[in-house]
Amino acid sequence: MFEPVLLKNINMPDSYKLTSYMSSGGYQALKKALEMTPDSLIQMVKDSGLRGRGGAGFSTGLKWSFIPKDPTLQKYLCCNADEGEPGTFKDRAIIEYDPHQLIEGMVIASYAIGADTSYIYIRGEFSLGADRLEDAIKEAYQKNYLGKNILGTKFSHDIYVHRGAGAYICGEETALLESIEGRRALPRIKPPFPAHVGLFGKPTVINNVETLACIPHIVNRGAAWFASIGPAKSPGPKLFGISGSVNKPGLYELPMGTPLREIIFTHAGGIRPGKKLKAVIPGGVSAPMLTEKDLDTPMDFDSLAAKGTMLGSGAVVVIDDSMCIVKAALITHEFFHHESCGKCTPCREGLDWIVKVMRRIEHGQGKEGDMELLKKLCVDIFGRTFCPLGDGAVMALRGAFNNFTEEFEYHIKNKRCMVNGNR
Amino acid sequence: MLSEAAANEIKEIRKRYATARSCIMPCLYVVQREYGYITEEGMREIAKILGVQPVLVFEVSTFYTMYNKKPVGKYHVQVCTNISCSILDGEHIVDVISRKLGIKVKETTPDKKFTLSTVECLGSCGTAPMMQINDKYYENLNDAKVEDILNGLR
Repeated sequence: MFEPVLLKNINMPDSYKLTSYMSSGGYQALKKALEMTPDSLIQMVKDSGLRGRGGAGFSTGLKWSFIPKDPTLQKYLCCNADEGEPGTFKDRAIIEYDPHQLIEGMVIASYAIGADTSYIYIRGEFSLGADRLEDAIKEAYQKNYLGKNILGTKFSHDIYVHRGAGAYICGEETALLESIEGRRALPRIKPPFPAHVGLFGKPTVINNVETLACIPHIVNRGAAWFASIGPAKSPGPKLFGISGSVNKPGLYELPMGTPLREIIFTHAGGIRPGKKLKAVIPGGVSAPMLTEKDLDTPMDFDSLAAKGTMLGSGAVVVIDDSMCIVKAALITHEFFHHESCGKCTPCREGLDWIVKVMRRIEHGQGKEGDMELLKKLCVDIFGRTFCPLGDGAVMALRGAFNNFTEEFEYHIKNKRCMVNGNR
Repeated sequence: MLSEAAANEIKEIRKRYATARSCIMPCLYVVQREYGYITEEGMREIAKILGVQPVLVFEVSTFYTMYNKKPVGKYHVQVCTNISCSILDGEHIVDVISRKLGIKVKETTPDKKFTLSTVECLGSCGTAPMMQINDKYYENLNDAKVEDILNGLR
């Protein structure tokens, strides 16, 4: 049985309060970190092998090391708490039930990169989470874990909460920066990367909630301990959110690399009674779906990439045999279409077109040639946009096509669904 | 006119950011709370207090879906119909609410008490199907639970 790291406090009474956090060793890592040099902290995070938990899986230590060392430059840390990838509900748990874990991670990260200010960009719907963060920040100021000359050192730091207002695109790091700057959240072209030109034009690190929550544990228990959990190339504890057609949906903390089969059948209690597993989305809806034959895949960045899909946010969505894949794909693409920011033509117009074609197929008005049309639209969108939203939509659709071609064809030919019980 | 408390709140918000423009999003929430939705008057007041062009406020308000450009009912019922909720029949939850309130999606009851919307993923997939009413999440829904929740708000 894997002993939880990130979720260890979650079942404590009033787990979101400072007193609870302190009772399990809270803010010890901050004390330790402030006695280290920023460079040795960055090296420690590099050595731990921690890779970004927001989806891209980039080395966190390496990302921090890109920040210019010039002490006269203002720098920022942004915490990406705009959890919006459908199927994902992991960061919300940390924010609502253990906000101090995040705050401690943020202060350490800010010390490492030399940032005096950070922002937590939280999606607008997480009202409870935003309130808990604001309260936790107040508590941290009272104990001088935040504010001027933290714990008697020369390091000072302020954290502010910035509430989003319902736009999935803000989870894309440059769109997030635009949003904090008070603009429409249209992604920026890269380069320049945020490490050089970020928030308000200053060097900025953007890290996901779960990534930052790992930091205090790495400082407390060492890089070698973290690196020893799970596969060598993507180690550490990982939060897996399992939803859809399973008996025990919910959030599970397991070593990175736990096989998909074990997650679904051992931890999440298997498929709901009377149903059979049909498809699994392994990392939020942008990740191409897998099927029964792929269930022994270890859930880590590299193993899933080798299967042509991705770990993404670790959001496992289980689809059973009563669900029509055409319908599932339509729901997914209605989402991407709705959330496209409208900046890049291929994504804005392409997704609109895809949704129109998908709707007619789903509603029994599909035409011969629609499959080819959809495939062509995928080619026209993929890789032709500023940010990965369009790519995600294409990957999801290709995943559905490749695994369930016959369902799309049946829909078009017979003007109805091949799955029993569906319209 | 914004209340004095609201105007002071905006001044506090200004201290958190390097630029006035950054305050637009939090200020829009203040306006929404004060007027019940985003009014043109409210947006012009924000622009004036922050010293930015009104168009900069307008363009932000239209980009983000949580700023209500029209009045909504006292209770804004938002049901998730994204993938995880759909697998567990979130659409049926929409139907149940729609029948119970006698309104369709995007409509408000004549007594202005309830507005019904469908929304994209709210990050509560492990407890699907779910909905949000104003700021509060209601999870693991079924017919009886929805009935109870709505009765409790009447």
